Amino acid sequence: MVLLTRKIEFAASHLYHNPDFSPEENRRVFGKCNNPHGHGHNYTLEVTVAGEPDPVTGMVLDLKDLKEILEREVMQRMDHRFLNYEVPELAGQIPTCENIARVIWRLLDPQIKQGKLHRVRLYETPDLFADCYRNGGEGARSQ
Amino acid sequence: MSSGSQNGAVRIELGRRYRFAASHRLHNPDLSEEENRRLYGKCNNPYGHGHNYAVEVLVSGKVDQATGMIANLADLDSFVEREVLEPFDHKSLNDDVAAFRGTVPTTENLCIEIFRRLQAFPRAKLQRVRIQETSNNSFEYAGDEPEGFERNSDG
Repeated sequence: MVLLTRKIEFAASHLYHNPDFSPEENRRVFGKCNNPHGHGHNYTLEVTVAGEPDPVTGMVLDLKDLKEILEREVMQRMDHRFLNYEVPELAGQIPTCENIARVIWRLLDPQIKQGKLHRVRLYETPDLFADCYRNGGEGARSQ
Repeated sequence: MSSGSQNGAVRIELGRRYRFAASHRLHNPDLSEEENRRLYGKCNNPYGHGHNYAVEVLVSGKVDQATGMIANLADLDSFVEREVLEPFDHKSLNDDVAAFRGTVPTTENLCIEIFRRLQAFPRAKLQRVRIQETSNNSFEYAGDEPEGFERNSDG
């Protein structure tokens, strides 16, 4: 099995706010991330696909196809958007790294027809990221 | 065929990167001076040397619906600060960290020691620790028995 990873970057704004919490609780739990007008990040997304190289093309999947999928499913939805208000898949969720990574996994998984989606890693900053794996998938602990 | 038929069951890990600077010397008192020099090379220089270590800590758990988080970063940060950064930053690993009095402070052993310290984090399950000693060397430890990880017999 070979793992292939493609990286893209997008910029988006968000804020953390749970309407079920009091204003004090929101501030205590979310700190600066609760600032009412939001703030933004340059997100880096690494998408890893696992598979065997095709004997004819030598590819796990065509990077061009993956690039188009990422453009359509992620860039067009999230780049230069306010995640709370403009991305319906995140409606009703706090747009944390964990939740955005899971939404991206669910958007990409059905689109990857060659090979298998192995990992979605989303960096919110160089020091903070979330990894999403298929539950029970091989390598979930090690990669 | 491939994916798509799977339902949406995923597992999520949260990764956080920390930094500290410390000195160490690789030296095993059970070996001769020559053996130490041969084995550890420059890392055996008697007064030690230092690194800017970067530590990646990965934890897993259920994403809390109310907060969208596996663990609150403020809790993870303060735990790592207390257990690792405070005791290790700007210290001599050999002299200032009790665990390295009888163990050579290689970055392999540092991974194991940091994993041991962080395992007690109460709000999520520690999955693994990855340490970058320099931009060219990194080490990972995920505990003793995870599948897919080669067991290190002398770990």
